[in-house]
Amino acid sequence: MTPTIFTNARLIDPEKGTDTIGTLAIKDGLIAGPQGLDGATQIDCDGKCLAPGIVDIGVKVSEPGERHKESFRTAGLAAAAGGVTTIVTRPDTLPAIDTPEVLEFVRRRANEAAPVNVLPMAALTRSRDGREMAEIGFLLDAGAVAFTDCDRVIENPKVFSRCMSYAASLGALVVGHPQDPTLSAGAAATSGKFAALRGIPSVSPLAERMGLDRDISIVEMAGGRYHADQVTTIRAITRLRRAKEAGHDVTAGVSIHHLTLNELDVGDYRTFFKVKPPLRSEDDRVASVNAVASGLIDVISSMHTPQDEESKRLPFEEAASGAIGLETLLPASMRLYHARQMDLPTLWRALSLNPAKRFGLTSGRLTAGAPADLVLFDPDAPFVMDRFKLQSKSKNTPFDEARMEGRVLGTWVASHRIDVSPSPNS
Amino acid sequence: MSFRARHLLGIEHLAPAEITTVLDLADSYVELNRRDVKHDTALTGLTQINMFFENSTRTQASFELAGLRLGADVMNMNMQASSVKKGETLVDTALTLNAMHPDLLVVRHPNSGAVNLLAQKVNCAVLNAGDGRHEHPTQALLDALTIRRAKGRLHRLVIAICGDIAHSRVARSNIHLLGKMENRIRLVAPPTLMPSGAAEWGVEVCATMEEGLKDADVVMMLRLQKERMDGGFIPSEREYYHRFGLDAKKLSHAKPDAIVMHPGPMNRGVEIDSTIADDINRSVIQEQVEMGVAVRMAAMNLLARNLRAAREETGVMV
Repeated sequence: MTPTIFTNARLIDPEKGTDTIGTLAIKDGLIAGPQGLDGATQIDCDGKCLAPGIVDIGVKVSEPGERHKESFRTAGLAAAAGGVTTIVTRPDTLPAIDTPEVLEFVRRRANEAAPVNVLPMAALTRSRDGREMAEIGFLLDAGAVAFTDCDRVIENPKVFSRCMSYAASLGALVVGHPQDPTLSAGAAATSGKFAALRGIPSVSPLAERMGLDRDISIVEMAGGRYHADQVTTIRAITRLRRAKEAGHDVTAGVSIHHLTLNELDVGDYRTFFKVKPPLRSEDDRVASVNAVASGLIDVISSMHTPQDEESKRLPFEEAASGAIGLETLLPASMRLYHARQMDLPTLWRALSLNPAKRFGLTSGRLTAGAPADLVLFDPDAPFVMDRFKLQSKSKNTPFDEARMEGRVLGTWVASHRIDVSPSPNS
Repeated sequence: MSFRARHLLGIEHLAPAEITTVLDLADSYVELNRRDVKHDTALTGLTQINMFFENSTRTQASFELAGLRLGADVMNMNMQASSVKKGETLVDTALTLNAMHPDLLVVRHPNSGAVNLLAQKVNCAVLNAGDGRHEHPTQALLDALTIRRAKGRLHRLVIAICGDIAHSRVARSNIHLLGKMENRIRLVAPPTLMPSGAAEWGVEVCATMEEGLKDADVVMMLRLQKERMDGGFIPSEREYYHRFGLDAKKLSHAKPDAIVMHPGPMNRGVEIDSTIADDINRSVIQEQVEMGVAVRMAAMNLLARNLRAAREETGVMV
């Protein structure tokens, strides 16, 4: 394969924290560096941004079980269309990915069908029931990159602490969902003026800190590497800071939806805005944005959760939770950039470098020798989102008809440009 | 005429002038309903379907009577024993009914927002007869009419709403309506039955009946909604009655001419003492029922006018 050289590119380097015009060469699936290469194909970037491809943690691909909602192929195309070069998938499928055999199936399907890197997470307990540990060792050997029961919190602290200490002995990363499960049972919104007026069953934002408190206490007790999938409230952020200052091996993420939307967006019961945890107050949203900017929250992800029309076209309480986000992650993130809440290298630290590091990947960098997983994008190109033009099978985006800025011009995985046609929203 | 709404889904989006329009028209129906011949022809030829996904005797009867007196063809559907049980979704049920060309759809549903969802899918006027804990607009309108007739005005009154506010759509609709008409609203409930965020609704939140009822013009009691409770909200009914039930002693803190209201059905001896409920000098609970029919006649008449006007304007069945 001939090398490629990107010239006149606005290079976004999250590792160095720089945003400069320059040149980048790639060869044999890896980044070669800023120097020119003989016989290289030249791509003139026209001053547009070239950044490491996004590493999206916690993507739900509905295979096996609900392929009508999303398949590896459609999720992979959606990822490529959104500048996401690596997806770390969730095990909350039907059945759950809790044995090496199911994991094997997932890896095979992913390799056949998805044009981007797919790294599967596996369930921490069998059937995600919170009772018996899954075969963490075998699953690790079979390629699981982390262990999580997703939004089903392991209620029994004894079970969770055993899982943590067993995982710790193997160096496995555990991804938790910080939430007090009994307090939040049945809730579809964050408690407060808005939810109470709408009459939606709601949960105090403190349930998140209670969950994080519990999980961090168990990390303290049992050891291990812990990542909180979503920290979205001021009070939980405070707790996260204390845990990091105390030196625990704890990191945290937040979904792009919690950074760009708040509880009022639900309006008159718009179920596309029903996510888990529920959208928060504006104060919590701003605090989350600041925590990402300061590096306290490590990772931004899409928490891509495909749902079909039937499961959303129901009364709010009964409607399914979750929103798709692979293709809207980048343009939605641009809202934070255009609002001057963070610069592009800071944004890419959370979108690409940090998740790669936490999951032991060498991607997320522009350094020579790193995988040539790249996204070329125009941060200023405006468009109006049309959900029916998205690559995902499910169209449950909260950004339908929203005015957005930031268009992906090209996505490369291991030096290969991914062809996504028909190209979305163009 | 200043009533422009296509549906009556809640009080939240009504303008004060629209509320007044409904109440003025309802006043005339009160007179009609007291006559021997109670017929009007405002809804002649129109089809009214009452869809109750949640049990109701009083509200359904009130809507049915209101429709019949205005000349509508009224059909009651007991949705609890219907295809919903066979797994049909709310939207499909709505589309099925819509194909039968109803003109007025009266809907009660146990989920907040369900009536809004249904209204998006049909071509007729939809009246919310109560959705979850969200709104019950005709109840608030009939309460308003009762207050206006008893007090001679619907502004600058001190109104205490007491009891199970957390589970009450009646409270929410009343808070919207009475707030829009510029009254002073106090909410009284044990903290477990007070919604979080209530203090930001532009009301006064009170912890005791004594505090909440002090110099009140209107005392509005709410039913303890045992069927919506999924755990211990209060220690016992007798303790609740002792602290929050309306008896003569607690009522003595209100103005001497304060009226007592209750949306019914009452739990006597739980939220209200029988002697208060039956005291014709204080209790307007029976009047509320009477006003209910009149207000529903007015609301349906106004919605039917808007529906007919829209159909004439567009030339299509909207």
